[in-house]
Amino acid sequence: MNPAIIDLRDIHKTYNAGTPVALEVLHGIDIAVREGEFACLIGPSGSGKSTLLNLIGLLEWPTSGSYHLHGHPIEQANDDERTRARLETLGFVFQFHHLLPAFSALENVMIPGLMRYGAYTGEQRRNATELLTAVGLGDAMHKRPTELSGGMQQRVAIARALALAPPLVLADEPTGNLDTHTADGVFELMRRFNETKGTAFLVVTHDPRLAARCDRVVELRDGSIVSDAPQTGLTPL
Amino acid sequence: MRFEWTVALRFLREGGLQTVLIIAGTTVGISVIVFISGFLGDLQRDLIRRTLGVQPSIIVRPAEEIARPLRDGRDAGALAQVQARAQRLRSVDQWQTLQVELERLPGIRAVSPVAAGPGLVTRGDVNKSITITGVVPERYVAVTRLNEKIVAGELRLNPGDVVIGTDLARDLGVALGDKIRLSTPTSPGDAYQVRGIYDLGQRNLNRAYAYVTLPTAQALLNLPGGVSSIELAVDDLFGAEAFAARLQARTPHEVESWMKANSQLRTALNNQTVMTLLVRFFLALVVAIGVASVLIVSVVQKTKEIGILRAMGAGRGRILQVFLMQGALIGASGAVLGSACGYLLTAIMSNVLRADDGTPLFTATFSPTLYLYTVLGATVLGLVAAVMPARRAANLDPAQAIRL
Repeated sequence: MNPAIIDLRDIHKTYNAGTPVALEVLHGIDIAVREGEFACLIGPSGSGKSTLLNLIGLLEWPTSGSYHLHGHPIEQANDDERTRARLETLGFVFQFHHLLPAFSALENVMIPGLMRYGAYTGEQRRNATELLTAVGLGDAMHKRPTELSGGMQQRVAIARALALAPPLVLADEPTGNLDTHTADGVFELMRRFNETKGTAFLVVTHDPRLAARCDRVVELRDGSIVSDAPQTGLTPL
Repeated sequence: MRFEWTVALRFLREGGLQTVLIIAGTTVGISVIVFISGFLGDLQRDLIRRTLGVQPSIIVRPAEEIARPLRDGRDAGALAQVQARAQRLRSVDQWQTLQVELERLPGIRAVSPVAAGPGLVTRGDVNKSITITGVVPERYVAVTRLNEKIVAGELRLNPGDVVIGTDLARDLGVALGDKIRLSTPTSPGDAYQVRGIYDLGQRNLNRAYAYVTLPTAQALLNLPGGVSSIELAVDDLFGAEAFAARLQARTPHEVESWMKANSQLRTALNNQTVMTLLVRFFLALVVAIGVASVLIVSVVQKTKEIGILRAMGAGRGRILQVFLMQGALIGASGAVLGSACGYLLTAIMSNVLRADDGTPLFTATFSPTLYLYTVLGATVLGLVAAVMPARRAANLDPAQAIRL
């Protein structure tokens, strides 16, 4: 078994803890994602998927529980350490693409490198160009996000998430607002990167069709994991 | 830093009209500040020059003679009244040595010995009391620029020559080449030829002085080899008072600056300075508030982008810097444009504003330090104005910002 990239144990998350309106949204979650995995996180609205993804993405703090990133505890890390861990270990793809409108597609993909190395290096540029070509946007590299279609924007976002070759990419409903055909394409792209580069993915999705194409499906309901099983390879009828 | 600069510049560029407007606003504010600052300095300098006429920046005179009551020590009783002494005309002690020493002092531009005292000018039946002023022309000109005030003839004094003011010439009915008699209580005097006529722009000043050579004045005023004062021009006109105080501490003579001798003018100028300082302060405040409010709006507009940058691994410090840089960039670009506009405005106004005699009210001078300080100051101002928006941006919760 591959070593775990993230390993969360008994994670609880309560909003407004200690107040009369305290709301526990996650009740003791155990989840680990291993290198090279392609996992889906499914569940109805309000089941806590996004909260869990934000916790895994180090954008929120758990109320209790342990979180190990590459074997190191990180649940008590300060903002700077978490920021560094995000930069070095995680890639993000959001539902609404969230590209920076002031930058071209190529520049968007190069921002993580600029952030990490403090300069646009030739290698960064080559790498970004390769990624954009791989997602089929070789001709649209110098276009601004507003000049691209939704599917194209999401493909740029995937290229950006992969720019620094993180071991794990977290995708929050990456195909949520795309039509079926485009969604299939974007999903295929993630699968391909998973296979060719060995990048692990944790994808939150509503779409059972897409979930069926993941190696592993984790189902969340009312803040608890109700099932976590590998796919046998057969698409359920 | 490269990342922060890149993002800051792009955010500003993306701001479009918003950025153009705030830079324009900053430019207007800074140009008025530059204009007022430059204008004030030039105007005050010219105003002082006009008002002071031939008064020097600093004058060194013999110390006043004071009456010292003699006491025998046993009698401790206070004297009810001590009569002040009459101040006779005396020479500055060892003035040649003093002159050489003063010339060596840094900060002094020119030194001119002057022998001046009361006298009478006579032509025919007309008598006028005047101040007979003996000068070494080339030295005196360096201190007072009297040469610029000559309206007829020239300021060339040979023994037997005199230079008088326009109003005195009119009173006496004399023109260039005419002869007038100068006399003093101690000397019956002699006849002198009018070589030049000056106009200081003030009637009483134009009646006050009759310029002769230094030896002539010494003979007339019974000051053989002596001078009644040494006049100085200093580099820093407004530092004259402080300079005089330092000088006073080093000499037994009395040292007086133009600021002390013209305290009303000085008060008026001070008030003017304070008023413009207030105006400049509030202009800077308005600029800062403008920059801050535009950046606050920008933080709100860019919440999502800030969230995504944070999620991608930009720390709080980097987001803080991105917005601080935007403030500094707005300030700096506004300052560069504002300095140019301010200088232009000063140049135009110096041609438009005229004194009564038709000469420019002030001459515009280009002061590189003013512009350097303006650009530095405005950059810091922009930076300070950006602190609040930048902190707000840095403290955004990335999870919440993305969800928006």
